Amino acid sequence: MRQDGCLTTMIQIILIAILSLLAQLVLPWWSLAVVAFLVCLWRSPSAGQAFFAGFYGVALIWLAYAVMLHVRTDGIFTGRMGELLFKTSSPILPGLVTAIVGGLVGGLAGLSGYFVRQAAQNQIMTRS
Amino acid sequence: MRYTKAIVVSLLTVLLIWGLNRPWGGIPAFGPLLSPFVGFWQNAESAKVTDEEITIKGTQAPVTVLIDDKGVPHVFAQNDHDLFFAQGYLTARDRLWQMEFQTHAAAGRVSELVGDRALELDRYNRHMGMGYGAEQTLRGMQADPASKVALDAYTAGVNAWIDQLSPAKYPIEYKLLGYAPEAWTPLKCALLLKQMTSTLASGADDLLMTNILRKYGSVITADLFPDYPTREDPIIPPGTTWNFKTVSPLPPPPNDTTINDMIAWFDAGFRRPNPEIGSNNWAVGPSKSATGHPILANDPHLTLSLPSIWYQMQLVSPTVNVYGATLPGAPNVIIGFNKNVAWGVTNVGADVLDFYTVKFKDATHREYWHDKKWKPTRARIEVIKVKGKPDVVDTVFYTHHGPVVYMPGAKAFRKNIPIGYAARWIAHEPSNDIACFYGLNRAKNYDDYRQALAKYVAPAQNFIFASNQNDIAISPNGRFPLKWMDQGKFLLDGTDPVDDWHGFIPADQNPLVKNPPRGFVSSANQFSTDRTYPYYLNWQFAPAERGRRINQRLTAMQHATIDSLRMLQNDNFNLRAADALPVMLPSLDASRLSADQKKALAALKAWKMNNDVAETGATVFTEWTQRLLEAIWADEFDMGDSLPMRSPTFDRTLTMMQRDPEARWFDNVKTPARERMTDVLTQSFQAACDTLTKKHGSFGSSWAWGPHKSTSIRHLLPGVDAFSALNVQIGGGGGIVNATSERAGPSWRMVVALGEQPKAYGVFPGGQSGNPGSPHYQDLLETWRTGQLNELLYLQTAQDKSPRVKQKIILR
Repeated sequence: MRQDGCLTTMIQIILIAILSLLAQLVLPWWSLAVVAFLVCLWRSPSAGQAFFAGFYGVALIWLAYAVMLHVRTDGIFTGRMGELLFKTSSPILPGLVTAIVGGLVGGLAGLSGYFVRQAAQNQIMTRS
Repeated sequence: MRYTKAIVVSLLTVLLIWGLNRPWGGIPAFGPLLSPFVGFWQNAESAKVTDEEITIKGTQAPVTVLIDDKGVPHVFAQNDHDLFFAQGYLTARDRLWQMEFQTHAAAGRVSELVGDRALELDRYNRHMGMGYGAEQTLRGMQADPASKVALDAYTAGVNAWIDQLSPAKYPIEYKLLGYAPEAWTPLKCALLLKQMTSTLASGADDLLMTNILRKYGSVITADLFPDYPTREDPIIPPGTTWNFKTVSPLPPPPNDTTINDMIAWFDAGFRRPNPEIGSNNWAVGPSKSATGHPILANDPHLTLSLPSIWYQMQLVSPTVNVYGATLPGAPNVIIGFNKNVAWGVTNVGADVLDFYTVKFKDATHREYWHDKKWKPTRARIEVIKVKGKPDVVDTVFYTHHGPVVYMPGAKAFRKNIPIGYAARWIAHEPSNDIACFYGLNRAKNYDDYRQALAKYVAPAQNFIFASNQNDIAISPNGRFPLKWMDQGKFLLDGTDPVDDWHGFIPADQNPLVKNPPRGFVSSANQFSTDRTYPYYLNWQFAPAERGRRINQRLTAMQHATIDSLRMLQNDNFNLRAADALPVMLPSLDASRLSADQKKALAALKAWKMNNDVAETGATVFTEWTQRLLEAIWADEFDMGDSLPMRSPTFDRTLTMMQRDPEARWFDNVKTPARERMTDVLTQSFQAACDTLTKKHGSFGSSWAWGPHKSTSIRHLLPGVDAFSALNVQIGGGGGIVNATSERAGPSWRMVVALGEQPKAYGVFPGGQSGNPGSPHYQDLLETWRTGQLNELLYLQTAQDKSPRVKQKIILR
């Protein structure tokens, strides 16, 4: 990965994180996918980096917010939900699965954005 | 190629989102559930709280709410409307899902939430006329201005909470099942009361008894199923005089041939009412209490569940200052106290559900035969919405008796109901039960108590009362049908007016005792009265052991304190064992037992007859008596679904062992040998030991009562173990004063000492919040388990300073 690609990805991750955070405060949970899609549509060095940015942008926000709620409530509910969903009362698994599920949606949406851009550019190039 | 990639990956993304956004069978929609923005993370509540000022529409003046360290709201309103508004609002805040789910269940609407696996349950509730009964009750309540204000304000309060609720803040159960709360209505309050009637007053052995009568004849039936037990100590002390002139003439019974003529064979089964549902209450008068004023105790036993059945509240307005246990979904306090009086309830168990034959004129079911005339039926259309399936439309035909629960040819869901019979049930009467509680909440003395009780219909309760004017009283109270002796012990003839209910016992002639010479009043679901009471209530009541034990202890008790009554609530003495072991043990043939079985027998003999957690004797005795009853009766009285019957009671069985050890019933008719009492006792003891060995290994501490009984308090949604309290180690059991069995037990324990100011204690197994993510979900459980009580904070004004007040909320 080149230096500027790395920087772009960092910018993308931060953008996706902040914009998806704002979107999810008012819109349904899947608005995060729209955000990741649009950001990667706008700019993305490669397919891998698009997925990477979408995944980490969303996973970061979901994990951070989940951990914040967990800590603020002394983890009172995380264990019970872990027991219910995964048959283990450890809070690690609910947090991890939350981050991965959010990340996967974000990553795939980012990847979609990248490929749609490629397809559109392809069309423009063909026309000219 | 690039197009393909773009399309495939985009489609994959959309597919993933779609898959995560919907439930798959019992698996919830993981996307919204896991999202920290709207999912379960949002349901976690912090233990730290801050004061709030909430602006809502609906109050007439500001309401101050103080929330104490146990999560109990103390409501200070400036008028009754605002008081009920706040009660609805705060109850919904802590218990919205529970109150809606319970009323959905009562209305036969569970299929809407979970699909067609609940269809037969819904059909049962609808065919029993739960919705019809709720509409009748609603009409009765709305006819009374005070009740109407309470209902409407309570409803507005619940809706004020729902209206401001964002999906992120929906209780977790909505998120797991994938639905949203709907608007509350006054009808839902009525449905909740019907649900209580269904739980407490829907028992009927009519079909089983009819089958027994048919198979064994009236002599054996009367002998094995007598109308009064051998060991009994009725609620109203024997010798109490009845100060009223009975209704004349009392309804005449039909001659015997009518009964036998109309009895037919039925292919339906029957649900036995849960014998572990019951309750204790008692009050000691000034002569027995250390304070010189009455002390009252109550613990209603129900199938324990989470969220907790009861919700504590203090309700203060210019007309009232009351504290106690409320039912989420109903205005007023149900069991509680105010400055001057305290009251409590236990279930009566009178026979208020009877089944009548129905003779339809033809297949249209438009007319039925009664009193030598064809009379029109009414058809009620029940539309059951089913999640993911088309609506199910049922027609239920009503005669003047009530609904024909299952039409000929149908299959009964609970095996509860004879097929082709109409149900006459007290739950279908118009009533205004909340007026009774409105009155009790505000009662200042005995006369107010009497006036309040006259307004109560169902489910009939033993209302116990104590006042700081030093009165104590108890009354098995509700609307009791006027019947001839044993009317409804068997199925009834729906064509003959002689079998109809003949009106109701006048409310002021319900059994009652005030300040009896013995210095205390009590009840534990046993017989309401001895046989001198002029009216028929039922031929059977709950077994008398709890009531007898309570009366023994109270008779001996002097200088009673709050703590001595608390100890009595936790009494684990097994009176059944004390009655039965002296009869059972001498006839057991120990020489036939194995070495391990002898160890169990030694433990049983050494047992002090207390159902404490560590006792193995309690386990052996309980399993043995269960096996014994099966061994004696199953061969003659358990023919499965082909002819549903029931066995005689333990009391009758014990009487037989004492007085008639050669009775034919000891013989197992399915074996060629002739078994005698000794054989049955010995074989059932061996069988009990075998079962316990299989379950817990060879005899030892693994047989201890606590782990064996393994009390569980389950969440209302089946299978949600993570939100349940499992294997709770606590003593007691069915028939024990501490009536904690595997699933049922004291759902609220309260002790109130009256005086200048009341001093009250209470606890229930769970907590104030219905949210499994709240610190108050089950913070009271350990206190309950260990038999302790919390002091109930009884405030005088909103300005009272108490270190226990943790939060102040103002509703404007």
